[in-house]
Amino acid sequence: MTALLAQAASTAGDAGVGEAVVFWILGPVALAAAIAMVLARNAVHSALFLVLTMLSLAVFYLMQQAPFLGFVQIIVYTGAVMMLFLFVLMLVGRDSSDSVVEVLRGQRVAAVLLGLAFALLLVAGVGRAAFAIPSAGLGVAASNGNLPGIGRLVFTDYLLPFELTSALLITAALGAIVLAFAQKKPKAKLGQRATVIARLRGEHARVSPLPGPGVYATANSVAVPALLPDGSIARESLSEIIEGHEVDEHPRPPADAHALTDGRRAEPESAGTEARTTGAATGGEEERA
Amino acid sequence: MTAPPEVLPAGGAASAAWLLFAIPALSAVVLFLAGKRANAWGHWLGVGSVLASFALGVVIFVQTLGVAPEQRTTEVSLYSWIASGTLDVDFGLRIDPLSLTFVLLITGVGSLIHIYSVGYMAPHEGAEPSSDSSRRRFFAQLNLFVAAMLVLVLGNNFVLLYLGWEGVGLASYLLIGFYQDRPSAATAAKKAFLMNRVGDVGLALAIFLLWLELGTLQYTEVFARIGELGGGTILAITLLLLLGACGKSGQFPLQAWLPDAMEGPTPVSALIHAATMVTAGVYLIARTNPIYDLSATGRVVVALIGVVTLLIGAIIGCAYDDIKKVLAYSTVSQIGYMILAVGLGPAGYALGIFHLLTHGFFKAGLFLGAGSVMHAMNDDVNMRHFGGLGRRMPITFVTFGLGYLALIGFPFLSGYFSKDAIIEAAFGQEGWQGWVYGGAATLAAGLTAFYMTRLMIMTFFGEERWQKLTAPNGEHYHPHESPPVMTGPMILLAIGSVFAGFVLSAVGLNQWLAPSLGELEESTHGVLPHALVPWLVLAFSALGVLVAYLVVGRRPTPVERPEPVSLPVRAARRDLYANAVNESVIERPGIWLTRALVFLDNRGVDGLVNGLAAGLGGGSARLRRLQTGFVRSYALSMLGGSVFVVAALLAVRFA
Amino acid sequence: MSPTNYLLLSGLLFTVGAIGVLVRRNAIVVFMCIELMLNAVNLSLVTFARINGQLDGQVMAFFVMVVAAAEVVVGLAIIMSIFRTRRSSSVDDANLLKY
Repeated sequence: MTALLAQAASTAGDAGVGEAVVFWILGPVALAAAIAMVLARNAVHSALFLVLTMLSLAVFYLMQQAPFLGFVQIIVYTGAVMMLFLFVLMLVGRDSSDSVVEVLRGQRVAAVLLGLAFALLLVAGVGRAAFAIPSAGLGVAASNGNLPGIGRLVFTDYLLPFELTSALLITAALGAIVLAFAQKKPKAKLGQRATVIARLRGEHARVSPLPGPGVYATANSVAVPALLPDGSIARESLSEIIEGHEVDEHPRPPADAHALTDGRRAEPESAGTEARTTGAATGGEEERA
Repeated sequence: MTAPPEVLPAGGAASAAWLLFAIPALSAVVLFLAGKRANAWGHWLGVGSVLASFALGVVIFVQTLGVAPEQRTTEVSLYSWIASGTLDVDFGLRIDPLSLTFVLLITGVGSLIHIYSVGYMAPHEGAEPSSDSSRRRFFAQLNLFVAAMLVLVLGNNFVLLYLGWEGVGLASYLLIGFYQDRPSAATAAKKAFLMNRVGDVGLALAIFLLWLELGTLQYTEVFARIGELGGGTILAITLLLLLGACGKSGQFPLQAWLPDAMEGPTPVSALIHAATMVTAGVYLIARTNPIYDLSATGRVVVALIGVVTLLIGAIIGCAYDDIKKVLAYSTVSQIGYMILAVGLGPAGYALGIFHLLTHGFFKAGLFLGAGSVMHAMNDDVNMRHFGGLGRRMPITFVTFGLGYLALIGFPFLSGYFSKDAIIEAAFGQEGWQGWVYGGAATLAAGLTAFYMTRLMIMTFFGEERWQKLTAPNGEHYHPHESPPVMTGPMILLAIGSVFAGFVLSAVGLNQWLAPSLGELEESTHGVLPHALVPWLVLAFSALGVLVAYLVVGRRPTPVERPEPVSLPVRAARRDLYANAVNESVIERPGIWLTRALVFLDNRGVDGLVNGLAAGLGGGSARLRRLQTGFVRSYALSMLGGSVFVVAALLAVRFA
Repeated sequence: MSPTNYLLLSGLLFTVGAIGVLVRRNAIVVFMCIELMLNAVNLSLVTFARINGQLDGQVMAFFVMVVAAAEVVVGLAIIMSIFRTRRSSSVDDANLLKY
C-alpha cells in the first residue's frame, strides 16, 4: 500500500486524484479525531483518538514522499510515545478524568474564541499566501530515494544539530530517571560512631553485639550456644534456624560476678530474648526494638 | 552745590587706616577664641584695642587737619576684594571729613563705654573672676561691633558699607540677646534682627539697582555718574536707601525694634542703640548726599519720615515708666531729628551730623547714668520704684542732669546748638514744608522737655519710694554710687554734653564737613525768621518742663501704674499700636500664608506625590490578581498574544 | 488538489491542540494536545518540503520528532513525580506560584 501511495504522488509535485481522495477521507478523520481527543472525558479515549490522528498524519507523510517520516511517525509516535502516554495514564489512574466544572471563569469561552480567531487567521493567511501555488515535488531532491537523501542531509548539513540531539536525548533520559526515581524517605544511615553512641545511650535492646556462637561454649559447634561470663547460657547466640542442643547449665558464680553483666538487662532481658527467639531476623546488627 | 572734591591717595598715617578696624577685629577674634584663659584680662584687651583705634583716629584726624580742605578726601585701596566679570569691588577705604568724624565718635564714645563696661559687666561679688566668661564674651562682641561699624563708615564703596552694615546687625543681635537665659532678650534680639532685615533688603536692592544702572559701586564713580540716571530711578534708589536707613536707625515704620533692644546690657544700649549703630542710617543718607541732592521728592519723604518718627518717639516717651525705654524712645525721637535734618538737603546734612555728634555724647551719658542707677537699684528699671536718688548718687545725678539739660536744649549746652539749628533749618523751608517740619520739631522739643523732666523728677527727686519696697529678688534696695571705672566715663561724657555743641560750632564743624557734604546752605526766605526760632523753642521747652513739674513733681508718684488712663496715654503706652499694626498687617497674614502653604504642601504637593504612589500601589495590587498561578491562564495569554502577533504580521504583509 | 490543503489541515489541527491545552486540566491530556500541535507542525514541514522540492523540511520534521520524544520523556517524568507528591494530575492544582 505504501508503494502505491508513493507512486500516486511520485510523478509530480501536484497531487493526483488518488491522493485527493485519500486526503478528503483521512483529513476529516484526523480533524474529527483531534476534536474528539479534546472533548473526550476519559483520558484513555483521548489517547486513542490521538493515535488515530497520528496514524492519519502518517499516511499523509507517506503520500507526500516522506516514507521515512511516515514510518517513524507510526513506529515512534503511535508505537512508542503513545504507549508511554498510556502507561503513565494507567500508572496515574485512568479514572482521574476531568471534572466538568470549569474553575477559571471565562476560560473555555475565551479559549474557543481565541482559537477560532487563530484558526481564521492561519487559514486566511495560508490561503492568501500559498493557495494554488505549484509544488516542485521531490523528484530531483530524492532521486536516490528518500532515506538516502535524508541521511545525506543529516550527516552533512545537519551534522551538528544531529549530534546535539544525541546529547539532548541522553540528558532527557537522565532527567527522566532522576525525576521519576522513587526515592525512599531520606533517612540518614547511622555511621559506626553514631551507632555506638546510640547503643550506649540505651536506644538498643542491648549494649553489646550479639554473642557469637561457641564463645565460652562447651563445644565449637555453631549449634552450641555460648556461655555468658557468669556461666549462664546465651540463647541469642544461636541462630534461630539451627536447632540448638541443650547445654548444661553451669552452677551460678557468686553474686559479685554480676557486676560484669548489665544491671539494666533485668527487665528487657525477657522481652528481647523472646523477640529474638520468635522473630525472623538473626544478624548481629539487629536494630528493631 | 559744590563740585565733588578730588580724591587723592592717602598718605602718612591715613595709609594705615585699615588698622582702625583691624585692631578691634583682631581683638574680637582673640577674645572669641582664647577661651577661659582670657577671662582675667580679656576686657582690658578689648578696652585697649578700641583706645588704640581712637589714638590712630586722632593721628589721622590731626594729619588731615593739616592739609587744605580740597585735599582732605583720600582713599586707600587695600586690594581687589571681589572681581567677578564686570563687577570689581575694591577693599578700599575712604578717609574724608565725614568718615573721620564718625571714626572719632565711634572710637571715642566707644572707648568710654568700654571702660564703663569693665565695671558694669564685672562678675557679681563672690564669683571667681576667671570663671565668669560672660564679660569676655561681652567685650568680644563689643569689639566686633566697633570693627564692623568702622568698616561701615570707612568703606569706599557700597559693598563694603553693606558688609559693615550686616556686621553691626550681627553684633547688635548678639548683644541684645546677651542675657541668653532671658526669653525676653532672645525675643528682642530676634525682633531686632528681623526688622533690620527688612531695611537691609531695601539697602541691598538699592545697591543692586545702582550696579544695574551704573555698573560700579565705588562711591566716587557712582557720585560722579549719578546724574546720568533718570528721575524715576534716582527716586527709587533714594527710597530704597531710606528703607535701609529706617531699618537700621529705628525710623518709622521700622521703629518698633529699638525700644525692645533695651533688653541688652546698658552699655550696649548706650553705645549701639544710642550713639553709634542707629546713626548708621543718618550716615548712609549723608554719605549718599549726591544722590539725594538730585531728588527733591526723595528728600521730602526722608524729612517726613523723620518728622513722623520724632513725634512718635516723643509721644511714646511720655508714657513709659521704664527708664531705659524712655531713653530709647528719646533716641528714636532724636534720630528722627537727624533724619529730618538730612532730609532737608544741603541745608541740613551737616546739621544732622552735628546733632548726631552731640547726641552721641549726651545720650551715651544718659544711658550710662541710667545704667548706673540700675546698677544701684538691683537692675530695676521701673522709675516708679525710684525717687530721691539724687542725694544717694551725686555723681550720677550731676552727670545725668547735665545730659538731661543738653537733651532738652538748655541754652548753651550741646543740644541747644544742634537741635535748635535743625529746627531753624526746618522753619527755613518754604511753604507747607517749613510749617510742618518746624512745627512738629518744635512741638517735639516741648514733649522732649516734658518726658525728660518727668524722668528726672521720678528718678532723682521726691519721695524715696524704694524705702518701702523690696527688689524682685527679695532684698531691700541699697542705692549706692557706682565705682570710678563707671563714673569716670560718665563725667567725661557729661563734659562732652556740656561743651561739645559750643566747641563744635565754634571750630566750624560745618566747614570741616564741607568737602564731604557740600557747603551748608543757609536758607534765607523761610516761614519764620531765624531770630525768632530759638525763643520759640525755648518757650516750648520751658512749657514742657513746667507742665512736667506741675503734673509729676507736685504730686506723689504712685508706685503702681495708674489704671485706667485716658485714650492717648493708653495708646502711647502701647507704642502707638506699632506692634499691634505690625502684628495684624505683617505677622497674621504671614502666619496665614504659612498655614496655607503648609496646607497646600500637605494636601496639594504631598497629596499629588502620595496619591501617585497610592495609585500605583493600588493598581499593582489589583494587577497582581492577574497572576493567578493557573498555567492555563498564562497559556491563554500566550495564545492571545500569538493571535495579536499573527494578525499584526498578516496586516502588515497583506494590507 | 493543491498541497495547500495539507497546510490548512495543519493549521486547524494546531488550533484544536491549542484549544485543548487551554481547556483540559488533566496534565496528560494537555500533554497529548501539545503532541498534536507538534504533529500539525510536522505536517506543515513535510508539505513545505514537498512544495519546495527540498528535503530540508523533512529533516526539520525529523528533529522535531526527536525533540518531542525527549520532551515527552521528561514531561511525563515530571507529571509522575508531581502525581506522587500531590496525588493529582490536574494542572490547576499546581497553582502555588502566584501573587
